[in-house]
Amino acid sequence: MPPAADAPNRAAVPLDHVDRPPAGLGPDVAQSAGAPRPGHAGRGPVGPVWQKRLTIAAFLLPALTLYVLLALVPLIQGAFYSTYDWNGLEPLENFVGLQNYRDALADPMFLGALRHVFVIAALSLALQLPFALGLAVLLNRRMRGRALFRLLFFLPFVLSDVIAAIVWRLLLQPSGLADSTLEAVGFGGIVQLWLADQKVVLYTVFVVVSWKYFGFHMILLLAGIQQIPHELEEAAALDGASRAQTFRYVTLPLLGPTIRISVFLSIIGSLQLFDLVWVLTGGGPVGASHTTVTYMLERGFERKQFGYGSAVAVIGFFVSFVVALAYQRMVLRRDVRGALTAMGA
Amino acid sequence: MHRRTARAALLVGGVALFAASCGGDDDDDSAKDAGASGSGDPVTIEWWHIQNNDPGLSLWEDIAAEFEDEHPNVTIKITVYENEAFKTAIEPRLQAGEPPDLFQSWGGGELTAQVDADLVQDITDDVDPWVDTLNEAAVKTYQVEDRQYGIPFDLGMVGFWYNKDLFAQAGIDEPPATWDELLEDVQTLKDAGITPIALGEGDKWPGMFWWAYLALRLGGPEALLEAGETGSFDTEPFIQAGEHLADLIALKPFQAGHMAAVWDGAGGQAATIATEDAAFHLMGQWAPGTQQANSPDGEGLGDKLGWFPFPEVDGGEGAPTDGFGGSNGFAVGRDAPPEAVEFLEYISSRDVADRWGKSNSGILPVVIGSEESVTDPALQEVLAARGEATFMQLYLDQAYSPELGEVVNDAVEQLYAGQASPEDVAQTITDAAGG
Repeated sequence: MPPAADAPNRAAVPLDHVDRPPAGLGPDVAQSAGAPRPGHAGRGPVGPVWQKRLTIAAFLLPALTLYVLLALVPLIQGAFYSTYDWNGLEPLENFVGLQNYRDALADPMFLGALRHVFVIAALSLALQLPFALGLAVLLNRRMRGRALFRLLFFLPFVLSDVIAAIVWRLLLQPSGLADSTLEAVGFGGIVQLWLADQKVVLYTVFVVVSWKYFGFHMILLLAGIQQIPHELEEAAALDGASRAQTFRYVTLPLLGPTIRISVFLSIIGSLQLFDLVWVLTGGGPVGASHTTVTYMLERGFERKQFGYGSAVAVIGFFVSFVVALAYQRMVLRRDVRGALTAMGA
Repeated sequence: MHRRTARAALLVGGVALFAASCGGDDDDDSAKDAGASGSGDPVTIEWWHIQNNDPGLSLWEDIAAEFEDEHPNVTIKITVYENEAFKTAIEPRLQAGEPPDLFQSWGGGELTAQVDADLVQDITDDVDPWVDTLNEAAVKTYQVEDRQYGIPFDLGMVGFWYNKDLFAQAGIDEPPATWDELLEDVQTLKDAGITPIALGEGDKWPGMFWWAYLALRLGGPEALLEAGETGSFDTEPFIQAGEHLADLIALKPFQAGHMAAVWDGAGGQAATIATEDAAFHLMGQWAPGTQQANSPDGEGLGDKLGWFPFPEVDGGEGAPTDGFGGSNGFAVGRDAPPEAVEFLEYISSRDVADRWGKSNSGILPVVIGSEESVTDPALQEVLAARGEATFMQLYLDQAYSPELGEVVNDAVEQLYAGQASPEDVAQTITDAAGG
């Protein structure tokens, strides 16, 4: 087909297409397109578009400044330092390129730390989440003292990680309160060296972490449950569904978005676990309870190998970043998409 | 339009307030910088120490107050940290190039690194008039290439602190004089149902003491000095030290949970001894003070506490009088005013040293002649051993670079965990030392 034949088609397009602004944008675009419209003339020295942008910028500024200063800049600095062998005090002279990364990925203790955080994440999803969900369902029913129970279960979350770890450290001493209590109720046989036994310490950490955060997930899921319209559950009951069936076919699917958020927070929280572990075990014994961050602090800070520590930090960042990104795109996408189409026209 | 202006004003005001509150506190620095050598201008001395328990805590406060009375223009700002917390807290200050005027220092490799980074002041000339009133070995610990960068207030030795009652209960009349006797006594204690040894391996360095002392007994001072220089730790003395230690570990002499126990804190090494749950432990001269702080009544073991030096090891090159220990002292920050060195002179006075000695807290003063002020019998034994010491080896994590020190601690920890052989331990350290 000769190209010239296309031109008449284009000429046939009605000209008023050009003047009409695209759907969804306000009168501002027409303004800037130059076509004067009644009621919008003479807005002042700063046009509405710029006023809007200025307002947005002003509101964003504090948060953006903090984010750039406290998150982006350190990240870039960290990546920079990770290419050096540096003890923190001497001048930055010893460039080693990617050697720190190679060393980290070859260190069994670092790989162990990575494994530990994923183990805790997996255990949280497998054990803590169903537990929190069950409690949320229970505490959704009318019962005496419901508010009190919700408060009590949420309370550990309010404690600082450090305080919680200090208290648990005291409780878990050999022949301490935990051991005495277990023996008093006849479970003396399962008493272990909770913090000193390398085979057990990671699971001890998991129990303490779960104790700290299950209340938070419970409240989150409770809020999600309460958003489900009663009529749906009533309708299901009218149709003859049992409690379990109602839960499985009505409640659970509608809880989907909330559960997905809860899972996301759980995973990211596990990947970044630090305060609790550092105070409870210091990563020990012999690195059996190291997380990526405690390992980074021990090797980078305590051993004064800041280049190596920075490399570990960057690797940790990438792991978190990839997980978060993958999760957002694959799992959260449909939730986000739904929200967008609901928000538009 | 009004509402919008009001809102905008509020926003700008909020941002301005936020920015102002981030201004930071530079007040202290300006006061310090203004203090030139003029004795009339107000001067603040920032002082970081680690005597976080009484009697040391109050004693330092009193001493600072007395100095302030004598020098009305001087204010001493004290910051106290626990041992491990101090190591973490000082780091940002050092990295920022703003060291405190006076801060806890153990000398050795750490001080050398600080000298290289130009963080500490050369006070050789300032202290020259009075420095020879102090114990020479201690003073040397704070020298780098013959220049003085700090002043010690304590020099001690690591040795065995034991509960005389528990030993008697097990039928042990005399503390062991040889390593083999020590192993026998451990077995005797176990048979009597007493936990022999308290160990806070959670902190890692208490376990390192055992290994280092064995290396010192087996290889003598030359072996340790040479290893420090060449980086070769895979030599006979170090491997044998690991083997001897492995023999001890095989007897399972430690309290339950020792791998996670700390030195100073709930359920830790000091607490285990103070509550008489174990018979003896290997620790430095500050042990009595920490034991007191960790005991239920604050009294510690009192008369029951005894001391004996690290025993001879059969076939070893080292002498039983070789000591392993170190100093506590204060390094002088680069920007410290001259009054800081005057304060050090006051701390190093005979009167202050005697008060430290009388407190029987385990700080063994270094002012020559002040040894007599120590009245506690166990501490007197430490002092006697210190006086007789033919050689003093600084704690390994201070003698060597901080990095190597941590590697030694970690490698020995694996020995305690049964995850490394004596050869592995020696090899790991050698690899890190580049030998």
